[in-house]
Amino acid sequence: MNTKSIEIYVGLFVSSAIAALFFLALQVSNLNAFNQNGSYTLSAHFENASGLKNKAVVSIAGVPVGRVSSIQFDSENYDAFIKMRIDARYKSLPSDTSASIFTAGLLGEKYIGLNAGGLDEFLQDGDTIELTQSAIVLEELISKFLFNAKDD
Amino acid sequence: MNVFQVIGHNTLASLAKLGRASLFLIAILKGLGYVVMHPRLLIKQLYSIGVLSFWLIVISGLFVGLVLGLQGVYTLSRFGAEASLGVMVAAALVRELGPVVSALLFAGRAGSALTAEIGLMKSTEQLSGMEMMAIDPLKYIFAPRFFAGFISLPLLAILFSSFGILGGYIAGVELLHVDAGSYWSQMQSAIHFYSDIMNGVIKSIIFAWMILWIALFEGYDAPPTSEGVSRATTRTVVNSAFTILFFDFLLTALMFGAS
Repeated sequence: MNTKSIEIYVGLFVSSAIAALFFLALQVSNLNAFNQNGSYTLSAHFENASGLKNKAVVSIAGVPVGRVSSIQFDSENYDAFIKMRIDARYKSLPSDTSASIFTAGLLGEKYIGLNAGGLDEFLQDGDTIELTQSAIVLEELISKFLFNAKDD
Repeated sequence: MNVFQVIGHNTLASLAKLGRASLFLIAILKGLGYVVMHPRLLIKQLYSIGVLSFWLIVISGLFVGLVLGLQGVYTLSRFGAEASLGVMVAAALVRELGPVVSALLFAGRAGSALTAEIGLMKSTEQLSGMEMMAIDPLKYIFAPRFFAGFISLPLLAILFSSFGILGGYIAGVELLHVDAGSYWSQMQSAIHFYSDIMNGVIKSIIFAWMILWIALFEGYDAPPTSEGVSRATTRTVVNSAFTILFFDFLLTALMFGAS
């Protein structure tokens, strides 16, 4: 086998491996879903953020627009302080937008749903969302239901 | 007393071997400059080590993925969680099976061939002949093979994982009618590029290091007889397999154990 065809085969081999890496990066891990247009940060206080994880989806009207970037305990207010990165394409969120923690399906992942408000002012980078609704804890719901049913 | 003598003899012998192997590795690493200056040597070895392993890796990856798809649907359907098939297949392949199985196949396919080739070169005195001609065989023979394997195995592991994921798609989606959308979307939301895919690549780089070191040194250190070469070839495959599995445990504990 001469040198030229060896070089061609090596070139094909290396480029197929690089193509496979791109396949893994884009199709399997969705590397740059929120990196193309830059992003800005919003934060929110939740009374209870149980089950919410880092990198959980933030969505508006069911459309994913960002991801949770940090979850911390706020020792002044005794609640959960959550930061999220929102894709810069969705820059015009009204400042009275509310945030709630929902569950995808019965056993699915927790995610943050934003509900657009009606004001003309828009949320800026670093702003805090004032109106929030906590995660629903299944055990609390069940115990409320049980004890209320006894009273009747 | 005899027992202690045997233990002492074996300990000293294995320590001496480790020392020789380390000096050998340092000498090979010093050959990096020579390889960079003579890329043709590297390309020839990339062909015989990497390209000739291509079909073995791709077909094995495809079938491992097919089996993962079938077994995954069987188990997950008990919980009604077939939609998570993509996550299961991709996480298993990218984190563990891709690097480990491709390294085991690579040790069998390329590592044994390297040991036999170099053992035969030594027994037919080609290596001494080169030294007589003032060509350093460590730079001319060993370094290109080492770096070619070092480049090839991570690429082969990536190919293995990709074809495995396609195999899982064929088995799960085409044969057993799992929803294609949830196969890909759950995979995308659960697999992270750096913590999953790049850690798999780092694993396979470390495995490549180990396999190439063992294979080249066993060939270099083999007694120059036909029996010596055959034993060295066997040792290459066995020791590589042990080393790969042991280091896989260590690396998994380091990378994924803490989280």
